[in-house]
Amino acid sequence: MSLDFDSARLSNPHLTAEHEEWRSQIRRFIEREVMPFAAEWDEAGKVPDELWPKAAEIGILGLGYPEAYGGITEGIDAWYINIMTEELSRVGVGGIFASLLIHGIGLPPVLNFASEAIKQEVAPPVLDGRKRISLGITEPSGGSDVASLLTTAKHEGDYYIVNGSKTFISGGMYANWVSTAVRTGGEGPAGISMLLIPMDLEGVSRTALDRKQGWWCSDTATIYFDNVKVPIGNLIGKEGQGFKVIMNNFNSERMSMVVQMEAYSRVCLEEAVNWAQQRKTFGKRLADHQVIRHKIAEMKQRINACQAMIQHCTREIIAGSVNAGDLAMLKVQCSQTMEFCAREASQILGGASYLRDNRVERIYREVRVQAIGGGSEEIMRDLASRQYGL
Amino acid sequence: MKILVAVKRVVDYNVKVRPKSDGTDVDIANVKMSINPFCEIAVEEAVRLKEKGVATEIIAISMGPKQAQEQVRTALALGADRGILVESDEDLQPLAIAKMLKAIVEKESPDLVILGKQAIDGDNNQTGQMLGALTSMPQGTFASEVNVADGRVSVTREIDGGLQTVNLSLPAIVTTDLRLNEPRYASLPNIMKAKRKPMDTFTPEDLGVDATPRVKTLSVEPPAERKAGIKVADVAELVDKLKNEAKVI
Repeated sequence: MSLDFDSARLSNPHLTAEHEEWRSQIRRFIEREVMPFAAEWDEAGKVPDELWPKAAEIGILGLGYPEAYGGITEGIDAWYINIMTEELSRVGVGGIFASLLIHGIGLPPVLNFASEAIKQEVAPPVLDGRKRISLGITEPSGGSDVASLLTTAKHEGDYYIVNGSKTFISGGMYANWVSTAVRTGGEGPAGISMLLIPMDLEGVSRTALDRKQGWWCSDTATIYFDNVKVPIGNLIGKEGQGFKVIMNNFNSERMSMVVQMEAYSRVCLEEAVNWAQQRKTFGKRLADHQVIRHKIAEMKQRINACQAMIQHCTREIIAGSVNAGDLAMLKVQCSQTMEFCAREASQILGGASYLRDNRVERIYREVRVQAIGGGSEEIMRDLASRQYGL
Repeated sequence: MKILVAVKRVVDYNVKVRPKSDGTDVDIANVKMSINPFCEIAVEEAVRLKEKGVATEIIAISMGPKQAQEQVRTALALGADRGILVESDEDLQPLAIAKMLKAIVEKESPDLVILGKQAIDGDNNQTGQMLGALTSMPQGTFASEVNVADGRVSVTREIDGGLQTVNLSLPAIVTTDLRLNEPRYASLPNIMKAKRKPMDTFTPEDLGVDATPRVKTLSVEPPAERKAGIKVADVAELVDKLKNEAKVI
């Protein structure tokens, strides 16, 4: 048995021939359309616009979204989404997710809670790759503490007048719309609403946050709202229900992140094993040194645990309810595994991993965003403790 | 117009295969299998002919173990209308395959049979030609361009030193070369739809063909490892080595 990306994946009795076919096709797509250019895109700080319609055509953008808006749901279950996430992660360029698939957090609030007219306006062009939507929650004053956000939306006639700013907004520079958390009422969670803000409205301005540790090819932004007049029809959900809309989003975002992190860990394992089996030091292969063998075994041990738990949570999601505490703990498990594997693979590759243009070096840079974004490890543990009724 | 397109299940082109330790064959246990890339080009060409309105039905056929139905399903996801699997656990060799294809050709009467010029496992490059001989159908092998019009197919062939165009009466056989087209990806909705497309299964006996191998593999060994190169000091040394060691000039 070898330890490449595929053979290091645990068996999964729930996968059918169609799942495997999806994996083959998406891998062909990625091998041809993404893999050869990914490092270049990362260095250039941008994923080319042409990738969106291509990804829409094969089924990446619409996966799991309602067919009425151009999505694909027939016969689809969460495994298809996991497979897509895993295969895209195999590229080892984290920014591709944060740009190409950023509608994964921006669009569900619209589809789940916005008016039919808004859904019809927004979802089809997003799912066929012509337009983009992001999610705007975090503010310069805070992120995870959603209930304290400061951006205001005052109801005046047929409009909300929005003032404030959002930061660390992934996909924010090129988004056509941002599903934005705003304060329409008093303090605390009950005063928060979600509002779909078109980015071409007067009073919206954006600044690129383009000097990041990782996610180089994704467009992260700070967005400023200065007396922006947003039609009241753009309200997502009811006034004061924003907190519910936001919380509704987190589980699928975290599931995507854990699958990414496990796959990044497995890429590190694959690269480390390849190197350790080729490189000779002191008269034998690196892989024959006990210190290296133990590193590789421990990487696999931790990866196995992530995979088993991902399968468990995915089964729960398919069954209809996932324990949010367990999913939060899985996110911690996966970010720690990714951190460990990126570190150990770097140690095994040695100087080679310190040079740019290899997957281990890139993944090493993507550890922090995964361990902090989508709920930091600390927030995850706190959330789990509360979920467990501690 | 009806097109029969053959697809072979082979080890995926990305997999680095190794001989079995006893040297009897290539080890393909738990190895990723795919459609032979040349066959994928054949499917793509058939689908394009259907999209142009030239073809009305595409039948995808594979021969091999039960799992070869995965490759038929892939062809169905790419756009074929129905599938045929000739199931056999024998080591199917070109002549047996050509005979079975002939039996299917007689059953289905396709106007065009498109095959890959060769498969990346055996690299035999025989099946299309053998099928031509067995059926007396005209053949255009190594196609880089295919045009169907007025009951004939014009095939541009890649030959040593250039291109040759042959004009064949239908029904005919075409084998595909690399530059004929760039195959599409099967989209997820099409993968789902492929599940519902019909697939018939036959055995070699059903087709009246004895599929027993005629050629025996004696041993399989990896190619010799490439030796490290050396640096020569000057042109004179290079010429000397090319002349006296490599003996190429």
